[in-house]
Amino acid sequence: MNNSSNAPHELIGKPVIRQELRRLLEGKGCYVDDIQLPRLCHVAFVRSPHAHAKILDIRFDQAMKVNGVIKIVKGEDIAAICKPYMGILSHLEGMKSVPHFPLAMDRAMWHGHPVVAVVAQTRAQAEDAAELVEIDYEPLTPVVDEELALDSQTPILHPELGTNLCWERTIDEGEVDLAFKNAAVVIEEKLRTGRHTHVTLEPRAIIANYVSSDQQLEVWQSTQVPHMMHWILSHHFGIPESHVRIKSPDVGGSFGLKIHVYGDEMATVGVSILLGRPVKYVADRLESFLSDYHARDHHIHAKMAVSKEGKILAIEMDDIQSMGPYASYPRGGVNEARQVINLVGAAYGVSAYRARTRAVFQNKSMYGQYRSVGRPIACLITESLIERAAAQLGLDPLEFRKNNYIPAKAYPYKLVSGPSIEILSQHESVDQLRVLMNYEELLKEKNLYREKGVLRGIGFASFLETSSPSSTMYGKGGASISAADTATISLLPTGSIFCTASINEFGQGAQTIAAQITASVLQVPLEGVRVVLGDTDASPYGGGNYGSRGTSIGGEAILQTAKALKQNILEFAAKLFSLDPSTLGLQDGYVIRLDQHQQLISFEDLARQAYFNHEKIPKGFTPELTVSRSFAQRDFDGVFTNGIQASYVELDPETGYVKLLKHWVLEDVGVVVNPLLLDEQIRGGVIQGIGAALYEQCLYSEQGQLMNGSLVDYLVPMACEMPDIVVGHTFSATKTSELGAKGGGEGGVAGSSAAVFNAINDALKPLNVYVNELPITPAKIIQAIQQKA
Amino acid sequence: MAQFENQIEVETLINGEVVHRQVSSRMHLGDFLRIEMGLSGLHLGCEHGVCGACTVLVDGLLVRSCLMLAAQIHGCKVQTIEGVVESGAAKQMVDAFQKKNAAQCGFCSPAMILTTLEIAKKSIRPTREQIREAISGNYCRCTGYQAIVDAVEDVFDQKENKQ
Repeated sequence: MNNSSNAPHELIGKPVIRQELRRLLEGKGCYVDDIQLPRLCHVAFVRSPHAHAKILDIRFDQAMKVNGVIKIVKGEDIAAICKPYMGILSHLEGMKSVPHFPLAMDRAMWHGHPVVAVVAQTRAQAEDAAELVEIDYEPLTPVVDEELALDSQTPILHPELGTNLCWERTIDEGEVDLAFKNAAVVIEEKLRTGRHTHVTLEPRAIIANYVSSDQQLEVWQSTQVPHMMHWILSHHFGIPESHVRIKSPDVGGSFGLKIHVYGDEMATVGVSILLGRPVKYVADRLESFLSDYHARDHHIHAKMAVSKEGKILAIEMDDIQSMGPYASYPRGGVNEARQVINLVGAAYGVSAYRARTRAVFQNKSMYGQYRSVGRPIACLITESLIERAAAQLGLDPLEFRKNNYIPAKAYPYKLVSGPSIEILSQHESVDQLRVLMNYEELLKEKNLYREKGVLRGIGFASFLETSSPSSTMYGKGGASISAADTATISLLPTGSIFCTASINEFGQGAQTIAAQITASVLQVPLEGVRVVLGDTDASPYGGGNYGSRGTSIGGEAILQTAKALKQNILEFAAKLFSLDPSTLGLQDGYVIRLDQHQQLISFEDLARQAYFNHEKIPKGFTPELTVSRSFAQRDFDGVFTNGIQASYVELDPETGYVKLLKHWVLEDVGVVVNPLLLDEQIRGGVIQGIGAALYEQCLYSEQGQLMNGSLVDYLVPMACEMPDIVVGHTFSATKTSELGAKGGGEGGVAGSSAAVFNAINDALKPLNVYVNELPITPAKIIQAIQQKA
Repeated sequence: MAQFENQIEVETLINGEVVHRQVSSRMHLGDFLRIEMGLSGLHLGCEHGVCGACTVLVDGLLVRSCLMLAAQIHGCKVQTIEGVVESGAAKQMVDAFQKKNAAQCGFCSPAMILTTLEIAKKSIRPTREQIREAISGNYCRCTGYQAIVDAVEDVFDQKENKQ
């Protein structure tokens, strides 16, 4: 028996280190921009300096004279070979948009909209030439105020739609008016969340290589979703799927940025098709801010009715979601609004709920999914109201939550907004958080500081996250986005294992998770498993990574595949030795006899027979040592996860500076395959939420100019301002899969903004000041204090 | 338009190898090392000196290669992650990063390794706050930075255990 600590059967749940990390740490990673090809040329884009303008004329005779220039193309050149796209999800009733082309056609619709593509031998030459492209614009009135987007005075961006409203949903359930009438306490507030963006350190990047000789399109793209892009490029450029290959090499962060279709990337593919040679496009940081998708730009008005005993009676909520000029393709771009209206009050099962959400078109950058879509907003709305209600009633904020959560025995629980929750562990989360943070002591400490005049605050935020989305998320609405994932696993002649799957790696550790599950089932050492992901020529078809599904859906597909291969191995060995397969098992790379604890045959000897020595195999039996299985979560729209976060801050009223002292997270993601990877991924998520709470915002002028499109002006969290983050777990496995894992990729983000928001407002209490707008910058704090004075 | 096609002669030592080149006067060091020298371990995250992903060592000092012109390295010694790894000097830190899972996508990591190696040269163990301060010129969007601080502390733990 193998008693080493790395015994394979113990691998699921172990903090296994990522073997593939070494290559990245040592600078040997291979990201798209690191790839060089013969005859590779480079593209730079001329982007609109206006938020909204008619394009009257484009001249590039001077630009064509620049050394190294190969080709310059306009919107119509790409439109001639690329079908337009429209990001409508048909199951979202009333959703509207218009066809969208890779490059602007007759109108520029946002500051940064790509208008002309300039191709040259080097990027520097392409940029030189781009400066000489002359475009005559007639500026038009931009639509840049979300709250006024639906006013009759505001111009309509797409006259054929007759409105700037992309999508609206209302809910009116239960006795809302009565609840407010009977409430002991009504908390009402207006909240504003800041438009921000993903800021992956590796910008968007693509190389397209169309080989005209055999009409093959080969693409290297920094993407989360190779198979989605496979369908997209095939469909829109009219190239058979069999002639398209998407490879995603190392991906330098994604967070939902790299699941969308971008005009500049589509134009890069188009240019390669027109030229018949490889073309590279890597967004620089300045154009990333202008052209990456934005997110979380909401205006909210919310009210909560609470009884004197501290029971939440009803919630009313009105939300406006800003967008870009088009619905985003192919995921719609209104998922934030969908999630906000679904999830306000959801953790507490609030049944008297009146809500409206409206997503409106704007002359701003394209808009869509960013990690933890909509959940941080729903959490902020609910948790800020709760914290104030508890304070007003003089109740302990944790007990208040516990007394209002969906009862532990009520699962599965159907929300009035539609989705059903399979199972949560909210009550345990609160109990464990109280211990983890030593709340009673911390409260005393906070109050001691307060007595000394130091403004310290503690804030909580209970959060729900969705994971493992079913096809009701996208496919039901007509989008060609797979909700299933597939794995293929083979036993190789030397006894090692080859595993490939449709999930993708962008740093979260998918490769290690795949290897852990495979090695556990097949009882081989981790080093004996080779995992290949992110190549549509190598990997089976599937969804890739979005919505926290890599481990929960991809992992289950891998588990089922490995189990099927195990069964085939046992049956093959049983056949060779005339034994019953049920008497056999696997251990340390051998088939063993369970009754005698004896090794029967090694994987290598078995595989050699299957591949090299058919003469020894009984006639009529074919060993199948390559197996594929698929999995899709079909029981719920999504599998909910839950948790609670706490933030402890100190605030300087003179400077408005907020010091984050510590942060705690309790999260339940069901079965944890690798805590080492999960916990730091949660911390990274927490920090993204802190960025939204304190620093990050894309600021637009009244004319729709993006005013802070650089890392100098747009602040992101850096190490020195960030606190240590304590992570703990509660546990409720999902029954939607045998693995029992729920998605863990996003929960950190879901609750951290609200926890920090509540902590800051707690710190401000002695001054009787309340801030209600994210990001909470020092200037806003000082302003709020001064207004009070 | 001004023409910047001037070529400038540069003689330098990159990762211990003599390099004698004509470089474009406007090319920044990061582009030169990546495009001309194939040293793709340094990454360009912002090209305006904020993110730190393009960090290299010039005459032993950490610099942002996007804020230096290639022409400025004439007569200097340049070390990139490739050279530092090959010299063996990064092994302990790389081990610690791997052990603590102090990276996810890896795009910031080579620069983070070079930066933390400078911290590790200190004779007195820095506090967690001091480690955070020292890496605060390197942007990481994936981790919570905590694992990176843990990795640096791990290197000091090992140093102290040896003594």
